[in-house]
Amino acid sequence: MARLTIAATLARWVPGSEGTRVMDVSSATLRGALEQLFTESPMLRPYVLDDQGALRHHLAIFIDGVAVRDKARLEQALSAHSEIFLAQSLSGG
Amino acid sequence: MSNRVLVSTRKGLFFVERRGSNWEIVHSMFLGDNVTLSLADPRNETLYAAMNLGHFGVKLRRSRDDGRSFEDVAAPAYPEGETISTGDGKPDQPASTRLIWSLAAGGSDQPGRLWAGTLPGGLFRSDDHGSSWTLMRGLWEQPGRKDWFGGGYDAPGIHSICVDPRDSRTLRVAISCGGVWITRDDGDSWTLSADGMYADYMPTELRGNPNIQDPHCMVQCRDAPECLWVQHHNGVFRSSDGAATWTDVPKVIPSAFGFAVAVHPRDPDCAWFVPAVKDEFRYPVDARLVVSRTRDGGKSFTVLDHGLPQAASYDLIYRHGLAVDASGARLVMGSTTGGLWISEDQGDSWQALAARLPPIHAVCFR
Repeated sequence: MARLTIAATLARWVPGSEGTRVMDVSSATLRGALEQLFTESPMLRPYVLDDQGALRHHLAIFIDGVAVRDKARLEQALSAHSEIFLAQSLSGG
Repeated sequence: MSNRVLVSTRKGLFFVERRGSNWEIVHSMFLGDNVTLSLADPRNETLYAAMNLGHFGVKLRRSRDDGRSFEDVAAPAYPEGETISTGDGKPDQPASTRLIWSLAAGGSDQPGRLWAGTLPGGLFRSDDHGSSWTLMRGLWEQPGRKDWFGGGYDAPGIHSICVDPRDSRTLRVAISCGGVWITRDDGDSWTLSADGMYADYMPTELRGNPNIQDPHCMVQCRDAPECLWVQHHNGVFRSSDGAATWTDVPKVIPSAFGFAVAVHPRDPDCAWFVPAVKDEFRYPVDARLVVSRTRDGGKSFTVLDHGLPQAASYDLIYRHGLAVDASGARLVMGSTTGGLWISEDQGDSWQALAARLPPIHAVCFR
């Protein structure tokens, strides 16, 4: 199964969550993996996706260490061993 | 010891000076306008103020009469057709100057030489006191630049420039998020030099990659230039070999997260930090503003709080918000909520300026 890691700075928006969160995902595409995440933690959807369903501008997703560039479609294929990492930029002072 | 401080704020440039035993605002310029950074050139006492006027763009102004008047000079500008590509998946964009994020005077053997680091990641050189600027293509055209990305901004940026006191042609620059780079030939050729830094918050494959490190601020000891300190997003790092390698300094208390760092100009083992709660929260631990000082190269730290607010303080000291004077005795510190403090005893005690300033971007002695 592919593995999805959610950085602590994003996972903190899930009530009761502390630190980095890791979950196994079985989907063949990135969007499917995110839907699995949203099924488990529906409150994360508006933190990850904008109102048009695209990845938020200041969020980054890495698959096996490579940043996802097409943030609108999110149809990138996953393998059974893909490592997906979901992180956000931290802005301001 | 320096008796004069420049304070760059969201709503103007303030001149703070020691009068008797107190520090006071004695002059101001650009009231209402966003002064993001200032530089007092130690070679000729020329002052520079970098501004970000929002709708009207980035400006640079120069004073040759001790700040009584400023003239417009050219701001660093990207040649037409240059592109910003970032390593975090954001779409490519045309390159244009979004912020002058660092300014440094060249060596005493290079009259007129200035360096400017910018968002989105270009380093510029001037040889006419800021009247004109040239993009340093040797760094800009590094293939690895396209893997850099912004930390708090959309694009990467150069916020720290250290001109080597032994050889003015040698520079070290720190980039958020693009590691540390060295040139030894006036900016023509560059080497990545962030080995030893790490970023636990990144995907496993990228954590130790020198090219994506997020140094928040880098300083170099004037009299022992082989020693540099970095406050990094992940913690504090120190180099004792001219930035060739970096070692984690884990013992900073009360937190290893922060933006600012200052090093004593004579003693490379003495450095100051202003810790905050990591990484997305960014306020003083327990809402007590403190400075953390080491005098033994990072083996141990002392928390300094005398004269600093010890309750309900949400002051963040940003990367250019802490400075030490040329004697190493005096420190100045300005916060994003407009607090300004000065120490005359290496941080043992602090005097608050009797003012509620606009958000402070940067401070420097002159």
